Order: sequence, then C-alpha cells, then structure tokens
Amino acid sequence: MSTVKLTVNGKAVAVDVEDRTLLVQLLRDHLNLTGTHVGCDTSQCGACVVHMDGKAVKSCTMLAGQADGASVTTIEGIAKGDELHPMQEAFRDNHGLQCGYCTPGMIMSAIDIVHRHGGQLDEATVRQELEGNICRCTGYHNIVKAVLDAAGRMKVAQAAE
Amino acid sequence: MGVEGIGARVVRKEDKRFITGKGRYVDDIKLQGMTHAHFIRSPHAHARVKGIDSSAALKMPGVVAVLTGQEIVDDKVGNLICGWAITSKDGSPMKMGAWPAMAPETVRFVGQAVAVVIAESKNLARDAAEAVVVSYEELPAVADVHAAIKSGAPQLHPEAPGNQVYDWVIGDEGATDAAFAKAANVVKLDVTNNRLAPNAMEPRAAIADYDAAEEHFTLYTTSQNPHVARLVLSAFYNIAPEHKLRVIAPDVGGGFGSKIFIYPEEMVALWASKKVGRPVKWTGDRTEAFLTDAHGRDHVTHAEMAFDANNKITGLKVKTYANFGAYMSLFSSSVPTYLYATLLSGQYNIPAIHAEVVGVYTNTTPVDAYRGAGRPEASYLIERLMETAARQLNVDPAALRRTNFITQFPHQTPVIMAYDTGDFNASLDAAMKAIDYAGFAARKAKAKADGKLRGIGVSCYIEACGIAPSKAVGSLGAGVGLWESAEVRVNPVGTIEILTGSHSHGQGHETTFCQLVAERLGVPISQVSIVHGDTDKVQFGMGTYGSRSAAVGLTAILKAMEKMESKAKKIAAHALEASEGDIVIENGEFKVAGTDKAIAFPMVALAAYTAHNLPDGMEPGLKESAFYDPTNFTFPAGAYICELEVDPGTGKTSFVNFVAADDFGRLINPMIVEGQVHGGLAQGIGQALLEHAIYDASGQPVTASFMDYSMPRADDLPSFNLSHTTTLCPGNPLGIKGCGEAGAIGASAAVINAITDAIGKNNLEMPATPDRVWRTIHAA
Repeated sequence: MSTVKLTVNGKAVAVDVEDRTLLVQLLRDHLNLTGTHVGCDTSQCGACVVHMDGKAVKSCTMLAGQADGASVTTIEGIAKGDELHPMQEAFRDNHGLQCGYCTPGMIMSAIDIVHRHGGQLDEATVRQELEGNICRCTGYHNIVKAVLDAAGRMKVAQAAE
Repeated sequence: MGVEGIGARVVRKEDKRFITGKGRYVDDIKLQGMTHAHFIRSPHAHARVKGIDSSAALKMPGVVAVLTGQEIVDDKVGNLICGWAITSKDGSPMKMGAWPAMAPETVRFVGQAVAVVIAESKNLARDAAEAVVVSYEELPAVADVHAAIKSGAPQLHPEAPGNQVYDWVIGDEGATDAAFAKAANVVKLDVTNNRLAPNAMEPRAAIADYDAAEEHFTLYTTSQNPHVARLVLSAFYNIAPEHKLRVIAPDVGGGFGSKIFIYPEEMVALWASKKVGRPVKWTGDRTEAFLTDAHGRDHVTHAEMAFDANNKITGLKVKTYANFGAYMSLFSSSVPTYLYATLLSGQYNIPAIHAEVVGVYTNTTPVDAYRGAGRPEASYLIERLMETAARQLNVDPAALRRTNFITQFPHQTPVIMAYDTGDFNASLDAAMKAIDYAGFAARKAKAKADGKLRGIGVSCYIEACGIAPSKAVGSLGAGVGLWESAEVRVNPVGTIEILTGSHSHGQGHETTFCQLVAERLGVPISQVSIVHGDTDKVQFGMGTYGSRSAAVGLTAILKAMEKMESKAKKIAAHALEASEGDIVIENGEFKVAGTDKAIAFPMVALAAYTAHNLPDGMEPGLKESAFYDPTNFTFPAGAYICELEVDPGTGKTSFVNFVAADDFGRLINPMIVEGQVHGGLAQGIGQALLEHAIYDASGQPVTASFMDYSMPRADDLPSFNLSHTTTLCPGNPLGIKGCGEAGAIGASAAVINAITDAIGKNNLEMPATPDRVWRTIHAA
C-alpha cells in the first residue's frame, strides 16, 4: 500500500492504494469519479482519457502512483459550475454522442487536440488525432463536427479572456 | 410542427449527464457489502473438464467462495434457452444441445466459464482465479462450417448429429427450378458474410443483490430488454418468480443486439448472490466481451439468379450455411431464417425464390442478432448478385435495378413478406443525384491518369423492422409476442411521465418520445420525462431491438396519449361548460373551438386529481396505458452509393464520397435519425473493410482484443452525405418505419461493389483489407 497525493479537479486528495492500482481505479473506485470509463484492456479505446498536468493520458495505462504530485482533471472537472466547457456544448449541439460511454474520453481527448493544434484544425487532422478513441455509435461523423465546432468556440473564448 | 414537436431537430435531453460524466452505468453502481466475481474460462475450444481444485484459492485472503458448474447444475438452475423454434424441411424440430450457465463436464468454446471466484475486490478475485487449477482433457475441435459438416468431423452435441441444428427451407422449389430451366441468363455467386464482434463500448456487467428476508433479488444489468430478461430468468432458469426479481437496466453503453440476450454471467451473479449472502458484481473486460458476447453474421452462401432476355429476374436460388457457434443463443435460430431468407426478394420483383438454410454448430462463441440481424446478410447477397449480374449482362448496375424494382404496393414477395409501401426509384434518384452518377466516368478517367483505380458501387436495401405482429411471429415459432406497452401518467401539477417498455441505450428516447407529447399537447419537453429500464417502475414491455422503438414503442405511447387526451377533454369540457366535441388542444391549453374559452392543461390535471368537479361517474386521476401490437412489419428502404479509389500498389482503399438516401417514413427528430444512419454506416463499412472475428482451425480466437480486431476509427471513415425520401408507413398511425439498422444493412455491399468495380475483379471477400485487395488485383 502507498499513499498517493495528487490534485483532482482542483482539489488536493491523498489516497491509500495498493501499489498495482491504476489511475482509473483510483478515480472510479476510490474517489467515485465514475465519469471516466474503461472500454478495453489494451490502451486502445480511450474511454478512460483524463488530463494530467494539462496533457491527455489514458488513465487505464498508468499506475495511480505515477500521478503522485500531479494535477489531474476528469470529465467532472471541466465545466465551470453550471457553465459547460465549449467542447461539452459542441458535443451536445452537434449530436456528437449516443450511448455516452466513449463520450468523456472523447471530450477530454478533443480538448487536448484543440489545445495542441489551436486554430489549425481541419477534418483530416481531427480524424487522425482521434485514432486513440473508439466510438461504436456515431460513425464519428458528428464527433468530428463537434470538435471542429468547439475549436472555433474555444478560440473565441480564448480571445475574450 | 412546433419547435419541439415531431420533425424538429431537438437537442437531446439526456446529453447533459453524459457530457458531464454523470451517466449511471452498471459498473458505476456500488452496493453495501458488495463482492466481486471473476470467471474462470476455458482456454480450450473443446475439452472435458476432469477436475477443479480450488483448495489453494479458498485459502487466499479476501476470497469468499469458488463456485463451479457442477454446483449450479446441482442447484437446478436451468440451462440457457433458445426462444424461437425452427422446423427442418423434414418436419423435425431443431436439434439443440444443453447449455449450462457454467460447464460441469464439457466446454465447447474458448471463454466458456467453468467456475467463478467471489472475492472482496476485483483484483483479489483475479488473483485467486490464478490459483484455481482446472484440469482438462482436450477434444478435437472444429471452427468453421465447412469443416463441421464433413463426415468424421468432431461432434459437439450428441443431440445434433453431424453438428446440424436444422436444415430449413422457404419458397417454392418447383417454381424456382422451372424459372431456371427457362432462363436466358443465370448469374452465380459464392459469398461469405464475415463473423463480427458487436463491441458496444460498455462491456457487459451485472450486479445481483439477494434479500434473504424478502426472498427477493435485484439485478442491475446491461440489457436492451429488462422485462424479457426477468421473464427468462424467472420462467426458464428458476432464479426467482417474476414478482421476486427486479431487473434494472440503467444507462447502457450501446447494445447493437448483443445486450438483448440473457447471458450466463447474470444467471451466475444472481445464483451466487444467494449462495454467499451478499451482493455480487461482475464487470466484463474487453477480451471477455470478444469471447462471450454473441457474435454476428458468419454465413457461407451459394446463390444463383435467373434472368429472362429482357434482364428481368425470374428466379432466385440460395443455399446458406449459418455458423451458430457452440450453443444456440436466445434468438439465434430466427436470424438466418425468418430475419434473413424473408428479405431475399430485396427491392425486386422476383416471381420465384427458394432458399435453404443449414444451421451448424462449431466450437466458437455463440452467434445471434447483431445490428440488422439476417437482413444485412440478405441485402449483401442480393446487392452483390445484382452488381455481378450487371457486369455479366453488360448493363448499367443502376439501370438493371430499375428494370426490376417493385413499383406497385402492397407487394407480396414469394418469401412471406408483404411490402406495404415504398418508392425505390425515388431513393435511387436521390442517391445518384447526390453523387453525380452521370459524371463518374470522367472522374474515373481522371483518377486513372493519376495512377488510381476508381470505382462506384450501388446498394439498394430493404429491411423488415418494427418487429413484429405477435400472431404472425408466433405462427413462425417465436416464443414471445412482440408488441409494446406504454403508460402516460399525468401528475396533479400537469407534468407528464411516460413509462415505456422500450429501452434507450443511445437511441435518444428521452428526447424523441417527449417530442410526441409536445406535438400533441403543445407543452414543452421539459415538462415530460421518460421512465424506462426498471421492471419495478414500468409495466411489462418487450424492449429495444429490430428498429422497433419508434414504430412500435412510440405508437403504444400514442395510443395511451389518445386515451388520456380523451378523458382530459371530457374534464375540460365539463369545466368550460362546453361540449366535448368542441374541445381542441393547442399550445398546452384545452380550448372551446372558435371561442376564447380555454383551460390550461395543468388545471385539467389538477381537476382530475382534486375530483371536486368531474363529470358524473368519472373516476378521479389522469393516467392511461396501452399495449400496441403492430399489424405488419415496416419496410425501411433506400439507396447507398459509394465512390472510392484503390491504390493498386498497396491495395489501400480511400473513400471519395458515400451517399445514403433513406426512406424511413416520418422522422421524429432528423438529427437523431442521421446519427443512427451514421453509426449504422460505420458498422457496415467496418464489416466491408476492417472487421473480422477470426478463429484458427483449432477453435482458438485470434482477434480477442482491440489490438487484433480492427474496429473502425475516425480516420477509416468518410463524412457521410445523407438525404431522405418519404413514403409514410401505412401500418402505424405515425407513419414511421424505423432507422436503427439501415446503415449496417446497406453499406457493406456498396463498398464491395465499388472496390470490385475499381479493380475489375468480381470475387472479393469481406473484409477487403489492403492485403486482400492487392492479392485480388494481382491474382492470375
């Protein structure tokens, strides 16, 4: 057992976990943050994507201990109170989700994609960048639309700040 | 159409919880004192279980129990059932071997459970499972249908000699033979419809909680049809009587058919919960999903089509071998028979059809309904045949289809189905216009100059949805009726709860079903909530599959709404001192037509519950229910055209354009309909280019993870170009046909027809991987 200290969605937490505990298990089982999902065992599907120190990571593929001292943001932590993140709004407005299972990972990956590419996103780039996130419902059509839409909204929001 | 009524692109009500991480799936639920199950599964495709030694595991910390297949048999838990009886051509019933929830003696596919460990945590259960020693005596195994039907092949079940479940026929053999005898041309084709893994993104899961004092079970499960699950668990598996079993299917992360069936894991969780006296949770991992979720498709077919001198089809002969895997799953028997062969007429006037389907056991994961269920296999076969025929007869493939389209409705096919309406030329026109079919030759020539092989492929599909008229399916062997139920509960303050037997696992019912209420009453959808997925809350219902929720489920809601409105009008008329026949409903008010007298709907509701001033003899309250049994299947149809390029150097396919023109009848929410088509197309294209659940000759699955099984990813797919043509379905009052499976049914033939057009070779199997395409291009 070890104590892992980290910041999750802006809140400092210390959790005693078995050393083999994965970050996703710490989030889901110990902190009850069940928005982060597990869809495969092989780091392929991306349902578990969260941000660690501002970068997208697959939380099923790292140990909780590796997040010691880090700042982790999950799907539960991206809205500002009742104000949704522009990526959340874009997924809803563009019908970028159906069953909702892949959605948290999709949104977290998509925010990271926009951050890395800024205004330089086009459809081909979004499709290539979503390689690590699998959706079985949408055929990606509306997810791609949502990400491109959100990229525009995030740019506007950034300019306003 | 109001802003939230029928036909409006209303943003989904359910989305807020999903985009904020507040969805509630089975694995998100924790119960007090909950234990965790891990199944011990056979590594062999066929073996005898010689012994299970759990002594070391039982000494490990945190282990609560190790339970085996022999114990579940000893406790008289029932074997898994197949709910649709099929009769072979010789009049004999289908031949089935027993399928216990955990194997006591013989395992017949890799992944079949033999024992389960119950422990304090998931990790401890896994650790202990490593310490359980199962000794097996390996038996010879057989994985594909060709090998399974050979004499001397390993036999799976003594009840099914030759591994044959049934040999079933449909149609008029004599008339078909006569048509072929007179044919001017005969077109022949052999096709394989590749086995697929459904892969809903949420793995299956179950939590069972036994209350010893009440002798009552609660089961949280990933189900598309919680009432059917309760019925089967009660009536056939001896788990508990229905009133002592509550089944809850909360948010479910996709189904595509795979979550219709009642699986061994739910049964074992329920049984184990009573055994250990604590809640038991099981959450499958992805490899378990590949090994145990019912697979789809897996047909091998030879077909011949006869034409007269005017290129009119005169006959169709089909022989199909369907691989059922090692056991008969819940609805498996109906898939290659009544859901497949009854659609072999396609969109065409075919006077004579004869089809024979042989169902075969193999040492593989059981096969059952997967998005489209039989109809993709039929559509793929017919549309590959039409394309092959066009090439052989040297006519334009679109023109050959038009020559043979059914244009008069209703149309009785020779294979049971009676198509009620459609306009196949309209959807083909729309698709050809959208893709600029006329300009294709010039585009192909230009691509050739750039060193690319460009092809175009048409697929005109029809399907039977809105399943189904109960009497009709009963006469064909179904063990259940396929109606749907609804209850409309108006609260005293005028808000409305709709209780439905349909289940939403991505389809958006919480929005579309509210749109019907908004359309009829003129109230905002925020005043309406949809209640589903809990057998304690909702009256018995049949669930969601076969594109039935709008055509059948929503019609049931409409029927209940009509009853409620009728009573509400009486109350309003009484309050307004008007005649009931003069009351109209507008914008949330009950008005006396042609006057300014009106009473708001919430006041009508309140009057119903205060009961101070109701018409004489009227019962208080405002709540009505309905059961709706459809009178026919519905027949969504459409035309898909795919244009693509093949790189002859690598065999890689790149999409240029993919157009879909669908006729779904009336659309409740076009945004949601388009989403359904996008997802279906992705699964159809996935089958055509990427996906294949493969077994080696010994029955070992070699594609049991996302590292090995090629799921469609964002950069494998194009954006889609969708349009709609409309003929309203005459079979239900809303004119709805259903849209959930169309994409998966129509897409794969369009893709393969386009690739074979591009490379100039007709024989190409799915999935058309670059390797396979390259070899086909360069084959002698």
